[in-house]
Amino acid sequence: MSRIQNAVIESVKTVLGWVPAQWLPGGTPDPLIERRAAIGRQASRQDGPAKVRGEARFAAEVAMDRLTYASLVHGTVTRGRITRLETAAAEAAPGVILVLTHRNMPRLAPLALISFTDLSAVGNSSLPILQDPVVRYNGQVVALVVAETQEQADHAAQLIEIDYAADAARTRFEGAKDDARTPASILIEKNHVSVGDAERELERAPHRVDNVYRTPGHNHNALELHAVTVAWQGGSLVVHDATQMIAPSANVLARLFGLKKEQVRVLSPFVGGGFGGKGLWDHQIVAIAAARLVDRPVRLVLSRDSVYRIIGGRTPTEQRVAIGADTEGRFTALVHTGYSIMPTYGACPEQYTLGTRALYRARSFEIVQRHLDLDIVPNTFMRAPGEAIGTFAVECAVDELAHAMSVDPIELRRRNEPDRHPISGTAFSQRALMQAYADGAGRFGWERRLAQPGARRDGEWLLGMGCASGSFPYVRMPGANVRITLRRTGEATLSCSAQDMGMGTATVQIQHAADRLGLPVEAITFEMGDSSLPAGPLAGGSAQTVSIAGAIMAAADKLTAELLRLAGNASPVAGLRAGEVRLVDGGITSIANPSQRESYQSILTRAARNEVTVSAAGSPPLEMLKFAMHSSSAIFCALRVSQVTGEIRVDRLLGSFDCGTILNPKTAASQFRGGMIMGLGLALTEETLFDERSGRIMNATLADYHIPSHLDVPEIDVMWTGIPDPRSPLGARGIGEIGITGVAAAVANAVFNATGKRIRDLPITLDKVL
Amino acid sequence: MAIRINGTEVAAPDDVRVSLLDLLRERLHLTGTKVGCNQGACGACTVLVDGERVLSCLTLAVQAEGRSVTTIEGLGSADSPHPLQLAFIEHDGFQCGYCTPGQVCAAAAMLREIEAGVPSYVTADLTAPVLVTREEVRERMSGNLCRCGAHNGIVDAILEVAAGRAA
Ligand code: FES
Ligand code: FES
Repeated sequence: MSRIQNAVIESVKTVLGWVPAQWLPGGTPDPLIERRAAIGRQASRQDGPAKVRGEARFAAEVAMDRLTYASLVHGTVTRGRITRLETAAAEAAPGVILVLTHRNMPRLAPLALISFTDLSAVGNSSLPILQDPVVRYNGQVVALVVAETQEQADHAAQLIEIDYAADAARTRFEGAKDDARTPASILIEKNHVSVGDAERELERAPHRVDNVYRTPGHNHNALELHAVTVAWQGGSLVVHDATQMIAPSANVLARLFGLKKEQVRVLSPFVGGGFGGKGLWDHQIVAIAAARLVDRPVRLVLSRDSVYRIIGGRTPTEQRVAIGADTEGRFTALVHTGYSIMPTYGACPEQYTLGTRALYRARSFEIVQRHLDLDIVPNTFMRAPGEAIGTFAVECAVDELAHAMSVDPIELRRRNEPDRHPISGTAFSQRALMQAYADGAGRFGWERRLAQPGARRDGEWLLGMGCASGSFPYVRMPGANVRITLRRTGEATLSCSAQDMGMGTATVQIQHAADRLGLPVEAITFEMGDSSLPAGPLAGGSAQTVSIAGAIMAAADKLTAELLRLAGNASPVAGLRAGEVRLVDGGITSIANPSQRESYQSILTRAARNEVTVSAAGSPPLEMLKFAMHSSSAIFCALRVSQVTGEIRVDRLLGSFDCGTILNPKTAASQFRGGMIMGLGLALTEETLFDERSGRIMNATLADYHIPSHLDVPEIDVMWTGIPDPRSPLGARGIGEIGITGVAAAVANAVFNATGKRIRDLPITLDKVL
Repeated sequence: MAIRINGTEVAAPDDVRVSLLDLLRERLHLTGTKVGCNQGACGACTVLVDGERVLSCLTLAVQAEGRSVTTIEGLGSADSPHPLQLAFIEHDGFQCGYCTPGQVCAAAAMLREIEAGVPSYVTADLTAPVLVTREEVRERMSGNLCRCGAHNGIVDAILEVAAGRAA
């Protein structure tokens, strides 16, 4: 992001600072915050029966006539050139239809990188895809084989012979620091923030901690492998994809293959987990090109190894956090700086310092991120990019300071709790972190913790407790569109290209629409997962629910106006304006005089209409710029560490969340737990092992990259304040990502409490504890 | 010899390289059985062969000749769902639902293993009957990964079904 964008966004924020709140979206709280019926209920998932019966159709499961199967070949050098490429044996192998290499790949432009100013740009890499003999990172796609069966394609792929002339490659984190870049912006925030003279304050502070924290690379490891089933039908393209970005992908593919928007249809009704990884990468492009060349449908399912090779994960980081405090424990300096990898052809800056800006009050700040440029598969967004690992560094540092000062870590946080955004001075829309702490501490039994490390034991086991804060910003995306069709029968269909990777998108929006339109849940259908429907935003930034909710609000307003028009002069609600009525009990009702009402059925019957349809886009999300809007959480962990083996067993984990209105406690609790469990992996087991000599990932399997399994996962307690955010649709903020934040620090702080050992290098494996 | 799949006789594929998983998914369109790794590390492809849980990605289709295979499609139906399927919905034992068929199939076989007295790594007393505890279920289900983190709901669902059976 450029300096110019910085300037533009800063000036928009300044202007919005002068605009009265009531003129903006969220200026007057959403009336549904006060009168919810379906929202807030424990509804089971709409798609549950299909999923437990194995009937939910994922991208690789769509049956097609004359289907062919594809298999990828990956480069094995990190930088270099293909000097010999022998494909004859593969081409002659049984069942082979096509071997696609840079020689016969159609010439295509590179993808436009993900951008926050052009929402239809969603590329994770701007490198050319199979366009030349150059290899730019280890594992890059160098060929694709298409055959009649998967077995034939896999076999033929092994028959391709390639020689490379290898060039020197940049593969060492440490070695790249000399050439580190300091970008002007991180996403839409200014990168370098300097308030006061933090280094000076730090030197003078009576209490200080100053340490370096390291986090390794991570992979999303959604259980469903990335997959596409592609068909060209006439001049049109149909792509069944496992994607978190249906509408934007369709736009990008149309542009790339020179088609009109209506000629491309991307379908993705079910996605087997995403976590940021199910975006647009090279495999969709080569499969689409191959399908055109063979003039038959192609299915490409990546192997797990391929997923590691060509789908980027979370970058490793090295973060310095220093805190200075006065004798009362009030922060006088907060320093958060560091290094992460972001190749120039990638788009994700892993914003690990952004959360730090809103967490604590301090007299001075010094915050800046530096990017290292390695020859590597470009990293991308992975669940709570930035906050997941940024909170590890900051929340360990706070715990270290609390220990050094002999103050309870929750009390130290209380003393530094901000009442406005600490850097911008903007008001928080709503924030009750300290209530989350109080509630969580009570339920968890925090008072039983002994401050002295190593003071509790049970046989060979040392027992410890730790806590940490989590945080995640509120995001509502522009460009969410919804269509509502209301029928005379009192049923409604909502349509949006939206995606579901397991969040319960349809379930929650049906609950929402029921309340918004005054209809029972059973009367609502939510169509989604298809780019031919009105375009929804991509699913990311924990933003999809409120983004679609904002569009439904706008569409419901339009529907109200349209119904009033159709009602005409003969209606009991004649003469009322849109602002004077609400939609309840299957009709329009005067707010001032509830007995003045008419049902949808009656209005549409008189107007001789079977149905009425409206479409609308959500209002621009200006509330995000006017207010500081963040979710926060207090995470508590109790664990045991074996003195004999160093084994860590997490006995209890509790998350106390302040995330606005909880729309469906059942699915919300699952999302919180899911995030916290990924946090356990982050803390204890997960690590993408990168061979700095060869530039190659060494553990590209689920057997060698350890995600939490059942025995690793204790019963996880979740609770929430439930206080609505007065500035957001439904009073809700995102919940998909905050669960992972704070967990690694809570675990590390508990390990310290148990053993007296401070591990600042994730994951906390046995060898580090012993 | 044929393979019996959900009660129907199916001929073994000509190509001996075809795994049981790919026979189910690509040739028979029984796509309820999922693929998360194709190398025995995730459990998504779990099916029952003669009542025992098996990773179909590590099983060649020809190895199942003369045997009886039950997939998620054969375990329950819309009209008569398996109790585990209902319990998974009730306890929200999934999010994306991709690991779910494997979890359900594995759980069905796992409960029978406990009933048969097969001990596990966490079984304290190898001479006493094995009890269906949370710890036992967690250990025995650890071969079925869930990246969405539905572990608590899955275990709750299994414990509820086990309690119902014992009652
Ligand atoms: S697909 Fe068989 S174990 Fe993963
Ligand atoms: S529900 Fe998504 S992997 Fe288990």
